[in-house]
Amino acid sequence: MEYLIQQLLNALAFGAEYALIALGLAVVFSIMGLVNFAHGEVIAGAAYAVLLFAGLGFGAPLLVIGLAIAAAIIMSVALERVAFRPVRNAPVTTGLLTAFGVSIVLQNLFQLLVSPRPQAFPALNGLNVTWHLGPWAISSLQVMELAAALLAMLALSAFLGRSLLGIAMRAASRDFSTVRLMGIKANRVVAAAFVISGALAGIACVFILARRGGVTPDMGFSLVLKAFVACVIGGFGSLFGAAAGGMLLGFIEVGLLVLLPQEMGGLKDALTYVIVTMILIYRPEGLFGTRRDLGDKEF
Amino acid sequence: MLRLETVSVQYGPVRAVRDLDLAAGAGALIALLGPNGAGKTSTIAAISGLVPATGRIMLAGEDISRLPVEDRIKRGIAVAPEGRRIFANLTVAENLRMGAALRRDATGVRQDTDRYLSLFPVLGERINQHAGTLSGGEQQMLAIARAMMSRPKVLLLDEPSLGLAPLIVARIFDFIGQLKAEGLTVILVEQNAAQAMRFADQVCVLASGRVSYRGSPADLAGADVMKLYLGDAGM
Repeated sequence: MEYLIQQLLNALAFGAEYALIALGLAVVFSIMGLVNFAHGEVIAGAAYAVLLFAGLGFGAPLLVIGLAIAAAIIMSVALERVAFRPVRNAPVTTGLLTAFGVSIVLQNLFQLLVSPRPQAFPALNGLNVTWHLGPWAISSLQVMELAAALLAMLALSAFLGRSLLGIAMRAASRDFSTVRLMGIKANRVVAAAFVISGALAGIACVFILARRGGVTPDMGFSLVLKAFVACVIGGFGSLFGAAAGGMLLGFIEVGLLVLLPQEMGGLKDALTYVIVTMILIYRPEGLFGTRRDLGDKEF
Repeated sequence: MLRLETVSVQYGPVRAVRDLDLAAGAGALIALLGPNGAGKTSTIAAISGLVPATGRIMLAGEDISRLPVEDRIKRGIAVAPEGRRIFANLTVAENLRMGAALRRDATGVRQDTDRYLSLFPVLGERINQHAGTLSGGEQQMLAIARAMMSRPKVLLLDEPSLGLAPLIVARIFDFIGQLKAEGLTVILVEQNAAQAMRFADQVCVLASGRVSYRGSPADLAGADVMKLYLGDAGM
């Protein structure tokens, strides 16, 4: 029982991490229809930025958290301006290829400018302490990660529900040109999406750094692939779906770890994708997505 | 208030609007009539800036031809587009708030909201309902109210009667007449010529992107409308 509760906490923490990254992907996708695979490199870029600042003596945990978020926002907005704005009106595949291209270029830049090897970053190790509550050992990081994901969701819901820019972003997710007819500048709405996405990447970066204690050039890429899967499960375009998909993916992964015999542990990822495929066969639009008209492709 | 000088719109090899001249003073209603593909919606899109156009578009003496959509809206153009284009995933209240996006006078915005909700009480009853759940007529009322929330100088209305029951159409046109009486300049694209001519000061019939007739509604009533719409081929 204690083991199961421990794994439940693990699932919640993994799910929260996926949810944070998936939300970052979903915010941009809902506005621009762009699957930003370079989101992982925004996370890595923020990690390298705080590594640099820590080397300059700015390594206090609170400062690192602020710097990570600020660096991720700046990088996210810069990528929109330099890489994605020129292809904004291009076909979807162009945006997708651009995102992949940016991701690869940034990974290579990190390798060339820093190192292909992992760089240790112990400044956030202090965040990860174990709390003993009766028979359970709870990682403070897991609790913070879950709380951060919930807070991010609440803040995002309040922003999208109450502020004019948030309402405009929701409107733009359905009809961008009519939002422009309200006098709201397209660049402002898109930039807001990238700021939010960057902030979420920065928060995720803090937790990844605290757990791993180091930075690698490809640290964000595999996580973004998982977040992409989370978005697909939840329904691309739905922010709630992205968060729920992230949590569900965390539960599937940890559940398989618990249920599979040790010698079959290597099949965890394969079985995860089998389960995801089964969900998509049952609900092709994802759990919380809306069905799109497929025209003559529907059969 | 609004003047178009030799405005043309081209989509690839197709010229949708050819050298269109148009002038609408304050409080004037100009009805753009014509068959499908005549260039009516393209004219609206050109004025709002949604499609690139050549020629000059003047609003209250200022050349707005090179301004992006958002800046034209800021200068006093509002659009109730074809197909209503209300934000289906937003509530009625949020749609109206979007219409007033550029305004900073909270009290004025509240007053205008109350005004349009009293003019269209059904919108008030559905204020917190998602706009996508409204009927076609209610959506059209919302589209016009949303456009009016910006307190525009010129309102561009594209096919407001499309797909609506006659009673609803009459009600919407009464409202358009009221706006005109209050001094608003209206450019109205319409297939329902009879309704459009109720309040129009000038009628402009487009065919293949060109003006095939321009005059008062009274003059048009005596003209061969079918011929104007379809040209000699329609005879």
